[in-house]
Amino acid sequence: MKQTKCRIEMKCQKCDKKATMHITDLVGSKPVELHLCAEHAQEYLAQTENGMSPVGGNMASALAAQMAQQMAFSKVSDEFSKSDQETCPVCGLTFFEFRANSRLGCPEDYQTFRKQLTPLLMNIHGECRHTGKRPSCFGEEDARKLTALIGYRREMSEAIETESYEKAGMLRDKIRKLESEAGIE
Amino acid sequence: MTVEELVQSRREWLRNDGPDSEIVVSSRIRLARNAAAFPFIAKLSDDEKKRVIELLRKAVRKTTFGQNCSLFFMDELGGLERKLLVECHLISRELAEGEGPRCAMISPNGHFSLMFIEEDHLRMQCIKSGFCLQEVWREMNDLDTQIEKNLVYAWNQELGYLTACPTNVGTGMRVSVMLHLPALALTRQFNKVHNSLQKISLIVRGLYGEGSHAWGDFYQISNQVTLGLSEEEILSQVHDVVRAVIGYEKKARDFLLEENREKLEAGLEECLKSIRAAKTISAQETLKCLSAIRLGINLGLLSDISLDVVNQLMLQIQPAYLQWIYGGVESSLDASEFRAQYLRKYLLGIWNED
Ligand SMILES: [Zn+2]
Ligand SMILES: [Zn+2]
Repeated sequence: MKQTKCRIEMKCQKCDKKATMHITDLVGSKPVELHLCAEHAQEYLAQTENGMSPVGGNMASALAAQMAQQMAFSKVSDEFSKSDQETCPVCGLTFFEFRANSRLGCPEDYQTFRKQLTPLLMNIHGECRHTGKRPSCFGEEDARKLTALIGYRREMSEAIETESYEKAGMLRDKIRKLESEAGIE
Repeated sequence: MTVEELVQSRREWLRNDGPDSEIVVSSRIRLARNAAAFPFIAKLSDDEKKRVIELLRKAVRKTTFGQNCSLFFMDELGGLERKLLVECHLISRELAEGEGPRCAMISPNGHFSLMFIEEDHLRMQCIKSGFCLQEVWREMNDLDTQIEKNLVYAWNQELGYLTACPTNVGTGMRVSVMLHLPALALTRQFNKVHNSLQKISLIVRGLYGEGSHAWGDFYQISNQVTLGLSEEEILSQVHDVVRAVIGYEKKARDFLLEENREKLEAGLEECLKSIRAAKTISAQETLKCLSAIRLGINLGLLSDISLDVVNQLMLQIQPAYLQWIYGGVESSLDASEFRAQYLRKYLLGIWNED
Protein backbone atom coordinates (compact mmCIF):
# COMPACT_ATOMS: atom_id res chain seq x y z
CA MET A 1 0.00 0.00 0.00
CA LYS A 2 1.43 3.34 -0.98
CA GLN A 3 1.00 6.25 1.36
CA THR A 4 1.01 9.81 0.20
CA LYS A 5 4.18 11.39 1.44
CA CYS A 6 4.46 15.07 1.92
CA ARG A 7 8.13 15.79 2.22
CA ILE A 8 9.28 19.34 2.81
CA GLU A 9 12.82 20.12 1.75
CA MET A 10 14.84 21.94 4.34
CA LYS A 11 17.51 24.38 3.36
CA CYS A 12 21.03 24.57 4.77
CA GLN A 13 21.32 27.25 7.43
CA LYS A 14 24.47 28.62 5.85
CA CYS A 15 23.68 28.48 2.15
CA ASP A 16 20.91 27.70 -0.30
CA LYS A 17 21.57 24.03 -0.80
CA LYS A 18 19.42 21.26 0.55
CA ALA A 19 20.11 20.37 4.18
CA THR A 20 21.10 16.74 4.35
CA MET A 21 22.64 16.70 7.82
CA HIS A 22 20.64 17.27 10.93
CA ILE A 23 22.82 17.70 13.94
CA THR A 24 21.69 18.30 17.47
CA ASP A 25 24.36 19.74 19.65
CA LEU A 26 24.30 20.23 23.36
CA VAL A 27 26.51 23.08 24.37
CA GLY A 28 26.33 23.22 28.12
CA SER A 29 22.72 22.49 28.77
CA LYS A 30 21.44 24.37 25.76
CA PRO A 31 20.50 22.27 22.76
CA VAL A 32 21.10 23.66 19.30
CA GLU A 33 19.84 22.01 16.17
CA LEU A 34 21.66 22.53 12.92
CA HIS A 35 20.41 21.76 9.46
CA LEU A 36 23.30 21.83 7.04
CA CYS A 37 24.28 20.81 3.55
CA ALA A 38 27.03 18.23 3.14
CA GLU A 39 29.75 20.83 2.77
CA HIS A 40 28.80 23.02 5.68
CA ALA A 41 28.20 19.99 7.83
CA GLN A 42 31.72 18.81 7.16
CA GLU A 43 33.10 22.20 7.93
CA TYR A 44 31.14 22.34 11.15
CA LEU A 45 32.04 18.84 12.22
CA ALA A 46 35.70 19.32 11.39
CA GLN A 47 35.79 22.12 13.95
CA THR A 48 34.50 19.84 16.61
CA GLU A 49 36.11 16.66 15.38
CA ASN A 50 37.94 15.73 18.51
CA GLY A 51 35.29 16.82 20.89
CA MET A 52 32.36 15.75 18.83
CA SER A 53 28.97 17.04 19.62
CA PRO A 54 26.71 16.53 22.48
CA VAL A 55 27.11 14.41 25.49
CA GLY A 56 25.02 13.58 28.46
CA GLY A 57 21.84 15.10 27.14
CA ASN A 58 18.72 13.38 26.09
CA MET A 59 18.26 13.78 22.38
CA ALA A 60 14.53 13.94 22.46
CA SER A 61 14.48 16.69 25.01
CA ALA A 62 17.14 18.56 23.08
CA LEU A 63 15.00 18.36 19.99
CA ALA A 64 11.94 19.33 21.89
CA ALA A 65 13.56 22.40 23.32
CA GLN A 66 14.77 23.32 19.87
CA MET A 67 11.30 22.82 18.56
CA ALA A 68 9.81 25.14 21.11
CA GLN A 69 12.45 27.68 20.25
CA GLN A 70 11.74 27.33 16.58
CA MET A 71 8.09 27.95 17.19
CA ALA A 72 8.87 30.95 19.28
CA PHE A 73 10.99 32.61 16.63
CA SER A 74 9.76 31.37 13.32
CA LYS A 75 7.52 33.27 10.94
CA VAL A 76 4.60 31.20 12.04
CA SER A 77 5.00 32.37 15.60
CA ASP A 78 2.25 34.94 15.16
CA GLU A 79 -0.10 32.29 14.02
CA PHE A 80 1.01 30.06 16.86
CA SER A 81 0.49 32.69 19.49
CA LYS A 82 -3.06 33.10 18.21
CA SER A 83 -3.44 29.42 19.04
CA ASP A 84 -2.12 29.86 22.56
CA GLN A 85 -5.56 29.89 24.13
CA GLU A 86 -6.75 26.79 22.28
CA THR A 87 -7.41 24.09 24.81
CA CYS A 88 -7.64 20.32 24.58
CA PRO A 89 -11.20 19.36 25.57
CA VAL A 90 -9.96 16.09 27.05
CA CYS A 91 -6.98 16.97 29.26
CA GLY A 92 -7.22 20.76 29.40
CA LEU A 93 -3.74 21.45 28.02
CA THR A 94 -3.45 24.80 26.27
CA PHE A 95 -1.30 25.25 23.20
CA PHE A 96 0.64 27.81 25.21
CA GLU A 97 1.55 25.12 27.74
CA PHE A 98 2.80 22.90 24.94
CA ARG A 99 4.87 25.72 23.50
CA ALA A 100 6.40 26.38 26.91
CA ASN A 101 7.23 22.77 27.82
CA SER A 102 7.27 20.91 24.48
CA ARG A 103 5.23 18.16 26.08
CA LEU A 104 1.71 17.22 25.15
CA GLY A 105 -0.93 16.46 27.77
CA CYS A 106 -2.82 13.50 26.32
CA PRO A 107 -3.25 11.41 23.15
CA GLU A 108 -6.16 13.62 22.02
CA ASP A 109 -3.79 16.61 21.69
CA TYR A 110 -2.52 15.25 18.39
CA GLN A 111 -6.07 15.76 17.10
CA THR A 112 -6.78 19.02 18.92
CA PHE A 113 -3.60 20.72 17.76
CA ARG A 114 -3.36 18.93 14.46
CA LYS A 115 -3.11 22.14 12.47
CA GLN A 116 -0.13 23.37 14.46
CA LEU A 117 1.56 20.00 14.90
CA THR A 118 1.60 18.90 11.27
CA PRO A 119 4.30 21.38 10.13
CA LEU A 120 6.30 20.53 13.23
CA LEU A 121 6.13 16.82 12.52
CA MET A 122 7.19 17.51 8.94
CA ASN A 123 10.16 19.46 10.22
CA ILE A 124 11.26 16.80 12.64
CA HIS A 125 10.49 13.65 10.68
CA GLY A 126 10.03 14.77 7.08
CA GLU A 127 6.84 12.72 7.02
CA CYS A 128 3.51 12.83 8.74
CA ARG A 129 2.17 9.30 8.37
CA HIS A 130 3.05 6.26 10.44
CA THR A 131 3.99 3.21 8.38
CA GLY A 132 5.37 0.94 11.09
CA LYS A 133 4.06 -1.54 13.63
CA ARG A 134 0.41 -1.72 14.54
CA PRO A 135 -0.86 -3.31 17.75
CA SER A 136 -2.34 -6.73 17.10
CA CYS A 137 -4.99 -6.82 19.80
CA PHE A 138 -6.36 -3.34 20.31
CA GLY A 139 -6.72 -0.68 17.68
CA GLU A 140 -7.55 2.98 17.29
CA GLU A 141 -11.16 2.59 18.43
CA ASP A 142 -10.22 0.86 21.68
CA ALA A 143 -7.65 3.54 22.38
CA ARG A 144 -10.04 6.40 21.63
CA LYS A 145 -12.69 4.95 23.91
CA LEU A 146 -10.24 4.80 26.78
CA THR A 147 -8.75 8.21 26.13
CA ALA A 148 -12.24 9.65 26.59
CA LEU A 149 -11.92 8.56 30.23
CA ILE A 150 -9.36 11.31 30.76
CA GLY A 151 -12.02 13.89 29.94
CA TYR A 152 -14.71 12.22 32.07
CA ARG A 153 -12.42 12.20 35.10
CA ARG A 154 -11.73 15.89 34.65
CA GLU A 155 -15.43 16.68 34.25
CA MET A 156 -16.17 14.69 37.37
CA SER A 157 -13.75 16.59 39.55
CA GLU A 158 -15.11 19.87 38.17
CA ALA A 159 -18.61 18.70 38.99
CA ILE A 160 -17.53 17.92 42.53
CA GLU A 161 -15.90 21.33 42.88
CA THR A 162 -19.07 23.09 41.80
CA GLU A 163 -21.11 20.79 44.03
CA SER A 164 -23.04 19.32 41.10
CA TYR A 165 -23.21 16.00 42.87
CA GLU A 166 -25.80 14.42 40.64
CA LYS A 167 -23.66 15.00 37.57
CA ALA A 168 -20.57 13.84 39.43
CA GLY A 169 -22.32 10.63 40.40
CA MET A 170 -23.35 9.89 36.84
CA LEU A 171 -19.86 10.49 35.61
CA ARG A 172 -18.42 8.31 38.35
CA ASP A 173 -20.62 5.40 37.26
CA LYS A 174 -19.67 5.88 33.64
CA ILE A 175 -15.96 5.99 34.53
CA ARG A 176 -16.18 2.91 36.76
CA LYS A 177 -17.91 0.93 34.06
CA LEU A 178 -15.36 1.83 31.40
CA GLU A 179 -12.44 1.26 33.74
CA SER A 180 -13.59 -2.13 34.91
CA GLU A 181 -14.15 -3.22 31.32
CA ALA A 182 -10.55 -2.24 30.61
CA GLY A 183 -9.19 -3.92 33.73
CA ILE A 184 -8.04 -0.64 35.29
CA GLU A 185 -7.99 -0.65 39.08
CA MET B 1 17.75 -8.71 43.35
CA THR B 2 19.14 -5.54 44.92
CA VAL B 3 20.73 -2.67 43.01
CA GLU B 4 24.12 -3.71 44.35
CA GLU B 5 23.68 -7.27 43.17
CA LEU B 6 22.64 -6.01 39.76
CA VAL B 7 25.66 -3.74 39.52
CA GLN B 8 27.99 -6.40 40.84
CA SER B 9 26.80 -9.19 38.63
CA ARG B 10 28.75 -9.22 35.43
CA ARG B 11 26.18 -7.92 33.08
CA GLU B 12 25.91 -9.65 29.78
CA TRP B 13 26.22 -6.63 27.59
CA LEU B 14 29.62 -5.82 29.04
CA ARG B 15 31.02 -9.16 28.07
CA ASN B 16 32.32 -7.99 24.79
CA ASP B 17 31.57 -11.19 23.01
CA GLY B 18 28.97 -9.94 20.53
CA PRO B 19 29.58 -9.63 16.78
CA ASP B 20 32.11 -6.93 15.79
CA SER B 21 32.69 -6.19 19.44
CA GLU B 22 36.19 -4.93 18.78
CA ILE B 23 34.49 -1.83 17.37
CA VAL B 24 30.86 -1.93 18.45
CA VAL B 25 30.45 -1.76 22.22
CA SER B 26 26.69 -2.21 22.33
CA SER B 27 23.44 -2.23 20.37
CA ARG B 28 20.42 -0.72 22.02
CA ILE B 29 16.77 -0.19 21.13
CA ARG B 30 14.34 1.91 23.07
CA LEU B 31 10.55 2.04 22.64
CA ALA B 32 8.25 4.75 24.01
CA ARG B 33 4.67 3.78 24.85
CA ASN B 34 1.71 5.26 26.71
CA ALA B 35 -1.49 3.80 28.15
CA ALA B 36 -4.51 5.17 26.28
CA ALA B 37 -6.63 5.62 29.40
CA PHE B 38 -4.45 8.19 31.14
CA PRO B 39 -3.02 11.63 30.36
CA PHE B 40 0.66 11.95 29.47
CA ILE B 41 3.05 12.73 32.32
CA ALA B 42 2.57 16.52 32.12
CA LYS B 43 -1.10 16.15 33.09
CA LEU B 44 -0.80 13.09 35.32
CA SER B 45 -1.45 13.50 39.06
CA ASP B 46 0.54 11.51 41.60
CA ASP B 47 -2.49 9.32 42.28
CA GLU B 48 -2.86 8.62 38.61
CA LYS B 49 0.86 7.86 38.33
CA LYS B 50 0.37 5.12 40.91
CA ARG B 51 -2.55 3.75 38.93
CA VAL B 52 -0.55 3.78 35.70
CA ILE B 53 2.32 1.99 37.44
CA GLU B 54 -0.10 -0.70 38.66
CA LEU B 55 -1.62 -1.04 35.20
CA LEU B 56 1.81 -1.42 33.60
CA ARG B 57 3.03 -3.82 36.27
CA LYS B 58 0.01 -6.01 35.73
CA ALA B 59 0.53 -6.01 31.97
CA VAL B 60 4.25 -6.72 32.24
CA ARG B 61 3.91 -9.37 34.93
CA LYS B 62 1.98 -11.57 32.51
CA THR B 63 4.86 -11.59 30.01
CA THR B 64 7.76 -14.02 29.97
CA PHE B 65 10.03 -11.10 30.84
CA GLY B 66 7.97 -10.02 33.83
CA GLN B 67 8.43 -13.23 35.75
CA ASN B 68 12.03 -12.85 36.80
CA CYS B 69 12.89 -9.18 36.76
CA SER B 70 13.31 -6.86 39.71
CA LEU B 71 11.15 -3.85 40.42
CA PHE B 72 12.66 -0.71 41.92
CA PHE B 73 10.59 2.23 43.12
CA MET B 74 12.78 5.30 42.78
CA ASP B 75 11.54 6.77 46.06
CA GLU B 76 12.61 3.66 47.92
CA LEU B 77 16.16 3.80 46.62
CA GLY B 78 18.92 5.96 48.01
CA GLY B 79 20.51 8.64 45.87
CA LEU B 80 23.66 6.56 45.42
CA GLU B 81 21.73 3.52 44.21
CA ARG B 82 19.89 5.62 41.68
CA LYS B 83 23.15 7.10 40.43
CA LEU B 84 24.66 3.62 40.13
CA LEU B 85 21.78 2.51 37.94
CA VAL B 86 22.27 5.59 35.75
CA GLU B 87 26.01 5.02 35.44
CA CYS B 88 25.36 1.45 34.36
CA HIS B 89 22.91 2.66 31.67
CA LEU B 90 20.09 0.74 33.33
CA ILE B 91 17.88 3.77 33.93
CA SER B 92 17.89 7.32 32.60
CA ARG B 93 19.00 10.37 34.50
CA GLU B 94 15.52 11.75 33.98
CA LEU B 95 13.98 8.82 35.86
CA ALA B 96 16.58 8.93 38.62
CA GLU B 97 16.20 12.63 39.24
CA GLY B 98 12.46 12.94 38.61
CA GLU B 99 9.72 13.52 41.12
CA GLY B 100 6.66 11.60 42.22
CA PRO B 101 5.91 7.88 41.85
CA ARG B 102 8.11 6.21 39.23
CA CYS B 103 9.92 2.93 38.93
CA ALA B 104 12.07 0.59 36.87
CA MET B 105 11.88 -3.13 36.11
CA ILE B 106 15.23 -4.64 35.23
CA SER B 107 16.10 -8.14 34.07
CA PRO B 108 18.84 -9.94 36.05
CA ASN B 109 21.29 -9.85 33.13
CA GLY B 110 20.60 -6.16 32.45
CA HIS B 111 19.46 -6.82 28.89
CA PHE B 112 16.06 -5.32 29.50
CA SER B 113 15.06 -2.37 31.54
CA LEU B 114 11.60 -0.89 31.63
CA MET B 115 11.02 2.55 33.09
CA PHE B 116 7.55 3.53 34.28
CA ILE B 117 6.63 7.23 34.41
CA GLU B 118 9.63 8.65 32.65
CA GLU B 119 9.00 11.07 29.78
CA ASP B 120 6.32 8.61 28.67
CA HIS B 121 4.35 6.12 30.77
CA LEU B 122 6.58 3.34 29.54
CA ARG B 123 10.10 3.45 28.18
CA MET B 124 11.58 0.04 27.46
CA GLN B 125 15.11 -0.66 26.43
CA CYS B 126 16.95 -3.74 25.30
CA ILE B 127 20.73 -3.59 25.14
CA LYS B 128 23.28 -6.19 24.12
CA SER B 129 26.99 -6.46 23.59
CA GLY B 130 28.35 -6.04 20.06
CA PHE B 131 26.60 -5.30 16.79
CA CYS B 132 23.36 -7.26 16.88
CA LEU B 133 20.48 -4.93 16.08
CA GLN B 134 18.28 -7.64 14.57
CA GLU B 135 18.52 -9.81 17.63
CA VAL B 136 17.88 -6.86 19.95
CA TRP B 137 14.89 -5.81 17.86
CA ARG B 138 13.47 -9.34 17.83
CA GLU B 139 13.51 -9.47 21.62
CA MET B 140 12.29 -5.91 22.12
CA ASN B 141 9.49 -6.39 19.62
CA ASP B 142 8.47 -9.66 21.22
CA LEU B 143 8.19 -8.08 24.66
CA ASP B 144 6.22 -5.13 23.23
CA THR B 145 3.81 -7.52 21.49
CA GLN B 146 3.31 -9.47 24.70
CA ILE B 147 2.59 -6.30 26.67
CA GLU B 148 0.11 -4.93 24.15
CA LYS B 149 -2.03 -8.05 24.62
CA ASN B 150 -2.66 -6.86 28.17
CA LEU B 151 -2.72 -3.11 27.70
CA VAL B 152 -4.35 -0.64 25.34
CA TYR B 153 -1.64 1.67 24.05
CA ALA B 154 -2.26 5.22 22.89
CA TRP B 155 -2.18 4.58 19.16
CA ASN B 156 -3.84 5.69 15.96
CA GLN B 157 -3.61 4.72 12.30
CA GLU B 158 -2.24 8.03 11.13
CA LEU B 159 0.47 8.74 13.68
CA GLY B 160 1.17 5.34 15.21
CA TYR B 161 2.24 5.24 18.86
CA LEU B 162 1.37 8.55 20.47
CA THR B 163 4.06 10.00 22.70
CA ALA B 164 4.35 12.95 25.06
CA CYS B 165 6.85 14.62 22.77
CA PRO B 166 6.22 14.78 19.00
CA THR B 167 9.88 13.90 18.41
CA ASN B 168 9.10 10.28 19.32
CA VAL B 169 5.69 9.77 17.74
CA GLY B 170 5.19 6.99 15.18
CA THR B 171 7.34 4.01 16.01
CA GLY B 172 8.47 5.48 19.33
CA MET B 173 11.73 3.77 18.51
CA ARG B 174 15.27 4.96 19.10
CA VAL B 175 18.03 2.68 17.85
CA SER B 176 21.49 3.45 19.22
CA VAL B 177 24.78 1.81 18.48
CA MET B 178 27.79 2.65 20.61
CA LEU B 179 31.05 2.52 18.71
CA HIS B 180 34.68 2.82 19.67
CA LEU B 181 36.44 4.68 16.86
CA PRO B 182 39.96 5.51 18.01
CA ALA B 183 41.67 4.85 14.68
CA LEU B 184 39.35 7.16 12.76
CA ALA B 185 40.03 9.82 15.35
CA LEU B 186 43.80 9.27 15.25
CA THR B 187 43.92 9.39 11.46
CA ARG B 188 41.58 12.39 11.41
CA GLN B 189 39.12 10.72 9.10
CA PHE B 190 35.99 11.48 10.99
CA ASN B 191 34.52 13.14 7.95
CA LYS B 192 34.01 9.65 6.53
CA VAL B 193 31.56 8.91 9.28
CA HIS B 194 29.69 12.08 8.56
CA ASN B 195 29.66 11.46 4.85
CA SER B 196 27.95 8.16 5.42
CA LEU B 197 25.35 9.83 7.57
CA GLN B 198 24.49 12.42 4.97
CA LYS B 199 21.61 10.85 3.22
CA ILE B 200 19.61 10.09 6.28
CA SER B 201 18.84 11.78 9.53
CA LEU B 202 21.05 10.01 11.94
CA ILE B 203 22.85 11.54 14.85
CA VAL B 204 26.37 10.97 16.06
CA ARG B 205 27.13 11.89 19.60
CA GLY B 206 30.21 11.63 21.69
CA LEU B 207 29.73 9.64 24.83
CA TYR B 208 31.14 9.91 28.29
CA GLY B 209 31.75 13.53 28.75
CA GLU B 210 30.36 16.18 30.94
CA GLY B 211 30.61 19.23 28.76
CA SER B 212 30.49 19.15 25.01
CA HIS B 213 33.43 16.83 24.46
CA ALA B 214 33.64 13.18 23.64
CA TRP B 215 36.11 11.33 25.78
CA GLY B 216 37.88 8.21 24.71
CA ASP B 217 36.56 8.12 21.15
CA PHE B 218 33.27 6.48 22.05
CA TYR B 219 30.46 7.54 19.78
CA GLN B 220 26.81 6.77 19.50
CA ILE B 221 24.93 6.59 16.21
CA SER B 222 21.17 6.77 16.46
CA ASN B 223 18.12 7.52 14.37
CA GLN B 224 16.36 10.81 14.62
CA VAL B 225 13.23 10.11 12.60
CA THR B 226 10.55 7.98 14.23
CA LEU B 227 7.62 8.76 11.93
CA GLY B 228 7.10 7.74 8.31
CA LEU B 229 9.56 4.86 8.37
CA SER B 230 8.83 1.35 9.56
CA GLU B 231 10.86 -0.19 12.36
CA GLU B 232 12.65 -2.38 9.84
CA GLU B 233 13.51 0.62 7.66
CA ILE B 234 14.93 2.52 10.62
CA LEU B 235 16.93 -0.55 11.64
CA SER B 236 18.36 -1.06 8.20
CA GLN B 237 19.34 2.61 7.87
CA VAL B 238 21.23 2.51 11.13
CA HIS B 239 22.63 -0.90 10.29
CA ASP B 240 24.00 0.19 6.92
CA VAL B 241 25.67 3.28 8.30
CA VAL B 242 27.22 1.40 11.20
CA ARG B 243 28.42 -1.30 8.83
CA ALA B 244 30.13 1.34 6.68
CA VAL B 245 31.69 3.03 9.70
CA ILE B 246 33.02 -0.33 10.95
CA GLY B 247 34.66 -0.74 7.54
CA TYR B 248 36.35 2.67 7.76
CA GLU B 249 37.55 2.07 11.29
CA LYS B 250 38.98 -1.33 10.32
CA LYS B 251 40.86 0.22 7.39
CA ALA B 252 42.17 2.99 9.61
CA ARG B 253 43.33 0.40 12.14
CA ASP B 254 45.15 -1.57 9.45
CA PHE B 255 46.79 1.61 8.28
CA LEU B 256 47.89 2.50 11.81
CA LEU B 257 49.36 -0.95 12.36
CA GLU B 258 51.32 -0.81 9.16
CA GLU B 259 52.49 2.77 9.24
CA ASN B 260 52.45 3.79 12.85
CA ARG B 261 53.01 0.71 14.92
CA GLU B 262 55.93 2.10 16.88
CA LYS B 263 54.13 5.30 17.64
CA LEU B 264 51.12 3.33 18.84
CA GLU B 265 53.24 1.15 21.06
CA ALA B 266 55.01 4.14 22.51
CA GLY B 267 51.69 5.85 23.21
CA LEU B 268 50.38 2.75 24.92
CA GLU B 269 53.49 2.47 27.08
CA GLU B 270 53.06 6.12 28.02
CA CYS B 271 49.48 5.43 29.01
CA LEU B 272 50.30 2.49 31.25
CA LYS B 273 53.15 4.43 32.78
CA SER B 274 50.92 7.31 33.68
CA ILE B 275 48.36 5.00 35.27
CA ARG B 276 51.13 3.30 37.21
CA ALA B 277 52.43 6.61 38.52
CA ALA B 278 49.29 8.67 38.92
CA LYS B 279 48.16 9.62 42.40
CA THR B 280 45.07 11.21 40.90
CA ILE B 281 43.47 10.82 37.52
CA SER B 282 40.43 12.51 35.98
CA ALA B 283 37.60 10.61 34.32
CA GLN B 284 38.53 12.25 31.04
CA GLU B 285 42.17 11.18 31.23
CA THR B 286 41.08 7.70 32.26
CA LEU B 287 38.80 7.27 29.28
CA LYS B 288 41.60 8.44 27.01
CA CYS B 289 43.84 5.75 28.49
CA LEU B 290 41.17 3.06 28.37
CA SER B 291 40.51 3.93 24.75
CA ALA B 292 44.19 3.52 23.88
CA ILE B 293 44.36 0.27 25.82
CA ARG B 294 41.22 -1.05 24.15
CA LEU B 295 42.71 -0.28 20.76
CA GLY B 296 45.99 -1.86 21.83
CA ILE B 297 44.26 -5.08 22.82
CA ASN B 298 42.27 -5.17 19.57
CA LEU B 299 45.37 -4.66 17.49
CA GLY B 300 47.24 -7.38 19.34
CA LEU B 301 49.72 -4.96 20.90
CA LEU B 302 48.64 -5.84 24.42
CA SER B 303 47.81 -9.31 25.60
CA ASP B 304 47.84 -9.32 29.37
CA ILE B 305 44.73 -7.18 29.78
CA SER B 306 41.30 -8.45 28.73
CA LEU B 307 38.68 -6.42 26.92
CA ASP B 308 36.16 -7.42 29.56
CA VAL B 309 38.17 -5.61 32.20
CA VAL B 310 38.42 -2.50 30.05
CA ASN B 311 34.67 -2.48 29.40
CA GLN B 312 33.91 -2.88 33.08
CA LEU B 313 36.32 -0.13 34.01
CA MET B 314 34.59 2.28 31.65
CA LEU B 315 31.63 2.10 34.00
CA GLN B 316 33.51 1.67 37.24
CA ILE B 317 35.58 4.82 37.07
CA GLN B 318 32.43 6.92 37.43
CA PRO B 319 31.74 8.82 40.66
CA ALA B 320 28.84 6.80 42.08
CA TYR B 321 30.62 3.51 41.57
CA LEU B 322 33.75 4.81 43.28
CA GLN B 323 31.63 6.16 46.11
CA TRP B 324 29.99 2.76 46.46
CA ILE B 325 33.34 0.94 46.59
CA TYR B 326 35.31 3.37 48.72
CA GLY B 327 32.74 5.57 50.45
CA GLY B 328 33.59 9.12 51.44
CA VAL B 329 33.96 10.52 47.95
CA GLU B 330 33.15 14.10 48.72
CA SER B 331 34.94 16.00 46.02
CA SER B 332 36.14 15.40 42.50
CA LEU B 333 39.65 15.30 43.96
CA ASP B 334 38.64 12.36 46.18
CA ALA B 335 37.16 10.67 43.14
CA SER B 336 40.38 11.25 41.19
CA GLU B 337 42.43 9.63 43.95
CA PHE B 338 40.19 6.62 44.27
CA ARG B 339 40.00 6.32 40.50
CA ALA B 340 43.80 6.16 40.26
CA GLN B 341 43.90 3.54 43.00
CA TYR B 342 41.17 1.48 41.39
CA LEU B 343 42.82 1.54 37.97
CA ARG B 344 46.16 0.39 39.38
CA LYS B 345 44.43 -2.51 41.08
CA TYR B 346 42.19 -3.76 38.35
CA LEU B 347 44.09 -2.79 35.25
CA LEU B 348 47.67 -3.40 36.30
CA GLY B 349 47.21 -5.75 39.22
CA ILE B 350 49.17 -3.50 41.58
CA TRP B 351 47.44 -4.26 44.86
CA ASN B 352 49.68 -3.38 47.74
CA GLU B 353 50.94 0.11 47.20
CA ASP B 354 48.64 2.22 49.27
ZN1 LIG C 1 25.42 24.87 3.11
ZN1 LIG D 1 -5.25 16.65 25.76
